[in-house]
Amino acid sequence: MARRISLKTAVNEAIDQAMQLDPTVIMLGEDIVGGAGAPGEMDAWGGVLGVTKGLYAKHGDRLLDTPLSESAYVGAAIGAACCGMRPIAELMFIDFMGVCFDQIFNQAAKFRYMFGGKAETPVVIRCMVGAGFRAAAQHSQMLTPLFTHIPGLKVVCPSTPYDTKGLLMQSIRDNDPVIFCEHKNLYALEGDVPEAPYAIPFGEANVVREGRDVTIVTYGLMVHRSLEAAATLAKEGIDVEIVDLRTLSPLDIDTVLESVTRTGRLVCVDEASPRCNIATDIAAQVAMHAFKALKAQIEQVAPPHTPVPFSPTLEDLYIPSAAQIAQAVRRTTGGK
Amino acid sequence: MAANNPFPLSRDALLGCYRRMRTIREFEDRLHIDFGRGDIPGFVHLYAGEEAAAVGIMSHLGDGDRIASTHRGHGHCIAKGVDVGAMMKEIYGRKGGSCEGKGGSMHIADLSKGMMGANGILGAGAPLVCGAALAAKFRGKGEIAICFVGDGASNQGTFLESLNLAAIWNLPALFVVENNGYAESTSRDYATAVNSYVDRASGFGLPGVVVDGTDFFAVHEAAGEIIRRAREGGGPSLLECKMVRFHGHFEGDAQTYRANGELEDLRANHDCLKKLAAQLTSAGVASAAELADIDRQVLALIEQAVVDAKAAPLPSAADLLTDVYVKY
Ligand SMILES: Cc1ncc(C[n+]2csc(CCOP(=O)(O)OP(=O)(O)O)c2C)c(N)n1
Ligand SMILES: [Mg+2]
Repeated sequence: MARRISLKTAVNEAIDQAMQLDPTVIMLGEDIVGGAGAPGEMDAWGGVLGVTKGLYAKHGDRLLDTPLSESAYVGAAIGAACCGMRPIAELMFIDFMGVCFDQIFNQAAKFRYMFGGKAETPVVIRCMVGAGFRAAAQHSQMLTPLFTHIPGLKVVCPSTPYDTKGLLMQSIRDNDPVIFCEHKNLYALEGDVPEAPYAIPFGEANVVREGRDVTIVTYGLMVHRSLEAAATLAKEGIDVEIVDLRTLSPLDIDTVLESVTRTGRLVCVDEASPRCNIATDIAAQVAMHAFKALKAQIEQVAPPHTPVPFSPTLEDLYIPSAAQIAQAVRRTTGGK
Repeated sequence: MAANNPFPLSRDALLGCYRRMRTIREFEDRLHIDFGRGDIPGFVHLYAGEEAAAVGIMSHLGDGDRIASTHRGHGHCIAKGVDVGAMMKEIYGRKGGSCEGKGGSMHIADLSKGMMGANGILGAGAPLVCGAALAAKFRGKGEIAICFVGDGASNQGTFLESLNLAAIWNLPALFVVENNGYAESTSRDYATAVNSYVDRASGFGLPGVVVDGTDFFAVHEAAGEIIRRAREGGGPSLLECKMVRFHGHFEGDAQTYRANGELEDLRANHDCLKKLAAQLTSAGVASAAELADIDRQVLALIEQAVVDAKAAPLPSAADLLTDVYVKY
């Protein structure tokens, strides 16, 4: 039975069900319960935005609040993953990866290969990504490309509550380290989600809108901006197809190539900064593998090559808009 | 009156410190109200209740001394002499703000005042302060650098590594642990194994001192001693200020992790500003009327800062692209 729940609730439900199904699933993070050692209420916060609220009542000490020591507790999650547990570490904001990056990209990402295929590191590192929260340069980044660059890591960034639950359940079941990116401006988004547990396989993009004329490839919040743009363009007679990548590593390049081969036009939309990001990777792969299908130059829509500004006026200009996306699509059709 | 001033500071200096503490309190309480009204975007962490620490320490510093602050940085900024009008504009995301609206509450900086920035990354200030202290050592003018860190953030590896680095290089650095008992909703006692930061310091080979951070004179005296030692080449120290925060972790925090009546008790019995006012008036250094006069002036200053901030121009599209590099 499906019912409408928010993306935030979908995260909570996936963790809850994964913990019910598998006793080795544990969770570590800062204030994920809240109130530890304090005189007031336990589960006072349930995470900084209340995403994990209520899980403590159901699963107790399988949720561990940590000191403010990301290297130590993210590393501990990785270590426990090598030793039979399935830990979920919550790093509030992806920006804080800077503090614990070694444990992720020199340790977790490398074990399997370095140890000759003998290691498994089934850890999930959940974090918030993206701008639009007026949270400024150190709490707003879309750092997905840093992680897709590293062999050994899987990278997920869902756009809907349905995908969030299914992909988080898959992330927890998966035997490789997964960076699970939750867009903070999508937590309130509601959608139909089945109550029963289910997993969405990695490496399967979702065509969220079918169209004949132009292919938009994107993920996360930008899926919604692209849908807005497509609605505007439909009125102008431009029929847009939108591919939501869902997992950035592994990457479903086949769906992208198949779509571009049909439409002949490609717009890559990414909230990450414009150099060496997901959009440029898609553009390069299409240019390498489907060059002959292209009827127009590939377009990229991304923020400028700047940190995320604080001032709401600037931040709104920073984040790619539906209007910018529509304009890029029009450039590929020569105004048609 | 000045003749029988029992304090180690002149009457003018004392009134200056009172004014700074009052300015911080008024600034923060006003942000609390305006945030509640929806006027202020983003994350805002208020320093109200902790003023004696910032002002007690900063009263020993000049513009050539550097500080690195935290996410809860407004008090450090004001105590270090950052312009209140520019800070308010920054928090409102306007042109003319301390960072031209690009940084916001969590990133206010004024390098001309030796204020190296509030910080959104916990523990990030400590290595920077080692660098600032190293630079001061090379300059050889007796300047120092101070890192502020919360009880929670003092568990970051960056902080602990910095203690060791400062110690082995005998840097003119001071590490101030602002212990307000909580990191967000988690208690200090849960998250930190040792009870005393003096024990931590000695583990790293630094002298450590604990003070009542709600007592301006206690902070002033303890900080004066270790700052003098650092200036004279005596090396780094750690100062733990036991203090209280009057608002939530950030604006919008329901604070259900606190005990019933806890906040009321803190405000009634552990208010550093009330304590200082009582000390000044009972010693006859200032009258209640004189302090009330300062309070009125501060209120007017903050009111003006808000009016100016709301009237200040918004940044323009061109501003989005400037200042990423010096040259590119
Ligand atoms: C590296 C990093 N981890 C986590 C956070 C989120 N965070 C911001 S403030 C805070 C609590 C800080 O507590 P403490 O150091 O005691 O300072 P206080 O807020 O009490 O002044 C946390 C967890 C962060 N900003 N940076
Ligand atoms: Mg604290």
